[in-house]
Amino acid sequence: MLSPYRVLDLTDERGFLCGKILADLGADVIKVEKPGGDHSRNIGPFYHNISHPERSLYWFAYNLNKRSITLNLETAGGKEIFKRLVQTADFVVESFPVGYMESLGLDYTTLKETKPSIIMTSITPFGQQGPYKDYKASDITLVAMGGLMYITGYPDRPPLRISFPQSGLLAGSSAASATMTAHYYRQVTGEGQYVDVSIQASIVWAITNTIPLWELNKVNLKRQGSVLSGHIDKSATQRIIWPCKDGFVAYIIFGGRLGISMGNQQLAKWIDEEGLADDFIRNFNWESYDLAATTKEVQSQLEAYAEQFFSRHTKLELYQEALKRKIKIFPVYSPKDIIKDPQFQARNFWMQVEHPELNETITYPGNFFKSSEVDTNIQRKPPLIGEHNQEVYSELGISTAELVQLKQADVI
Amino acid sequence: MIKEPFEGVKVADFSWWVAGPLTTKTLADYGATVVRIESAKRPGGLRTTMPYKDDVPGIDRSGFFAFYNANKYSISLDLEHPQGRDVAKKLVSWADVVVENFNPGVMEKWGLAYADLKEIKPDIIMLRTSNQGQTGPFSRLGGLGLQLNALTGFVHFTGWPDRDPLSLMFAYSDYFVPHFAIAVLATALDYRHRTGKGQMIDLSQSEVCLQFLGPYLMECEVNREESVRRGNLHPYAVPHNAYPCQGDDSWCAIAVFSDKEWGKFCKAIGTPPWTKDAKFATFLSRKQNEEELDILIGEWTINHTAQEIMGIMQTSSIAAGVIQKGEDIYQDPQLRQANIFWVLKHREMGDFTHMGQPCQLSKTPAQPRMPAPCIGEHIEYVCKKLLSISEEEFDQLLLSGAFGV
Repeated sequence: MLSPYRVLDLTDERGFLCGKILADLGADVIKVEKPGGDHSRNIGPFYHNISHPERSLYWFAYNLNKRSITLNLETAGGKEIFKRLVQTADFVVESFPVGYMESLGLDYTTLKETKPSIIMTSITPFGQQGPYKDYKASDITLVAMGGLMYITGYPDRPPLRISFPQSGLLAGSSAASATMTAHYYRQVTGEGQYVDVSIQASIVWAITNTIPLWELNKVNLKRQGSVLSGHIDKSATQRIIWPCKDGFVAYIIFGGRLGISMGNQQLAKWIDEEGLADDFIRNFNWESYDLAATTKEVQSQLEAYAEQFFSRHTKLELYQEALKRKIKIFPVYSPKDIIKDPQFQARNFWMQVEHPELNETITYPGNFFKSSEVDTNIQRKPPLIGEHNQEVYSELGISTAELVQLKQADVI
Repeated sequence: MIKEPFEGVKVADFSWWVAGPLTTKTLADYGATVVRIESAKRPGGLRTTMPYKDDVPGIDRSGFFAFYNANKYSISLDLEHPQGRDVAKKLVSWADVVVENFNPGVMEKWGLAYADLKEIKPDIIMLRTSNQGQTGPFSRLGGLGLQLNALTGFVHFTGWPDRDPLSLMFAYSDYFVPHFAIAVLATALDYRHRTGKGQMIDLSQSEVCLQFLGPYLMECEVNREESVRRGNLHPYAVPHNAYPCQGDDSWCAIAVFSDKEWGKFCKAIGTPPWTKDAKFATFLSRKQNEEELDILIGEWTINHTAQEIMGIMQTSSIAAGVIQKGEDIYQDPQLRQANIFWVLKHREMGDFTHMGQPCQLSKTPAQPRMPAPCIGEHIEYVCKKLLSISEEEFDQLLLSGAFGV
């Protein structure tokens, strides 16, 4: 749908999901890398564990559907070419430290002179203004400052980070939303603008009821293990994760209408069918079960039935049968399980992408949406470093001979 | 000329819980006219989730709901009632965009499937975002975002190696799915602007989750290996952890990547003798002795506040950040200057802090206009002003029970 538009993507892991989303929506996204390639190409996991900038699966996953050119923005020639590229583009997305683009003379104020309708999006740890704008940051310090860490983990251990980086993904998707919002304004008015994305603020957006809990109840939502808390009343918690025969499943014993819609009654019936029930659970009144009014004893009694029951089955047995019985039991999937899952397969989610340079076809997660109107298939493999130099630069009228000279001069 | 990006865009919002309402919040914050269709008869989702103002539960007192629902109108409809459905259809014919996040089949039951909507309004844009999409064997199982944490690998990737995988305490994907939703909705509006065509968008929340997981799914397929949870450790950084600080449950995160940064780090903490030990001299030796190293660092950090540690590290250009609690976030000077929180006078709760937008648009910043609505607060306004329903007809609807109030 975005095929008429071109994006110049200067981001690393702090923002390259933004360009990926625009590419999946159909835009012509050109990754502008420094000669030698974007430094985030050195992040693993790597294809066959070969640590090489053109083997990074991490980079592949978030740069699929893009083209790549190399350009040294720190040279006069590079800047001049970049401005010519901006004239052909609709968006510039970058994730350099605050002030870097300005030091090159390529900040928004300058670029809009080159192309008045340009939308420029900058993704930085704390945004362009404020006391922390120049703070050094990495994923763990950002999920710390954004409040996600304090609410994750066990009470008897330190706060916990999710084991793969989230901050750049939250910020990249948040940036895509804001960038496309600015784009729709331009579509109607013709005017571009500057979009300032703070990674910290993008995390704060995603920390559930942490802030109102403090404002209204002066309670700091705190990590309490795999439980739901701060939903029903201040002290109640509901268990989320249960061991099963070959791993773990997720189920929450809610009360009220929500509990009924989760399938508490059907689960109790199933437990009974397997001979694990007694009169307590057989006669339990689910209609009137209320988490705000129940006791810890009743809660732990109910949990004991569930615990015993889940431990007798595999996660897939539980999940398949839960579908038939309309019970919201979900498996705790690892990557291997996700790849085999029947739902993703039935929806033709996975995409086979050919990598001629590896002599291999790699399966990627497919597009994030389906549409009644347009084809959303993946169009391009992730690019090699500068794979599209010839293609893109010849459009600008740069000859093959000049390209050789520019390469010698370390411009591309 | 319009002053806000989505000014003039009309949204009939059938969504509930978080993923749908956060999508329509962004539309509303950037100028769209958003009407939330709720049910006073069966109020649910966040309206019945704590915290409540003064700790007193009440349908219009949930801070969780109010925090994420500024700038919208609310109407209550009984969609089991034929006249309630008629009003819903009027809203569809008024709207440019319809958003819903029910289990597949619910909108169909009310005669509000995409085919029905298209008949009412041929160029309608319908965003459907359910847990697992509109098609496929498990689509109708439904469920909550909380359970997607398990299904899409976030539980697998969270926790300590010596303990079970750990679930986040909340529906994580509910907060990033809306960003993908806005990107595709703004694109669909642009597409309609150019071609005159609407569309139905099937945004499966589980498929959005896998956009995050890509590298690790490919790793499993290509290398036949699975990454797993590893506490707070990082393959390319050491030290890299949460360190205890002075005060009640206070922590600071520190991340040191290169040997050069390690040198700066040692200087910053005053070069105690152990920093010269050969077992911490290189990246690989530090990795080998990481547990011991983390204990030694913790013995230093515990004598300082988390703010002090962050200050000391930042002065030496080392990445460090306070592990902020609710109250820290609430007072954070960086967030305050960015104006991402809006204090608005709520009809029932009084002055209350609402979430704004995480990004700043230079020309058209998100604007607070209205606090989160009380349930059905705008029935009359929506019917008479937006849908041009006559006084007489409105009175009749009121009596009929169409609004379920």
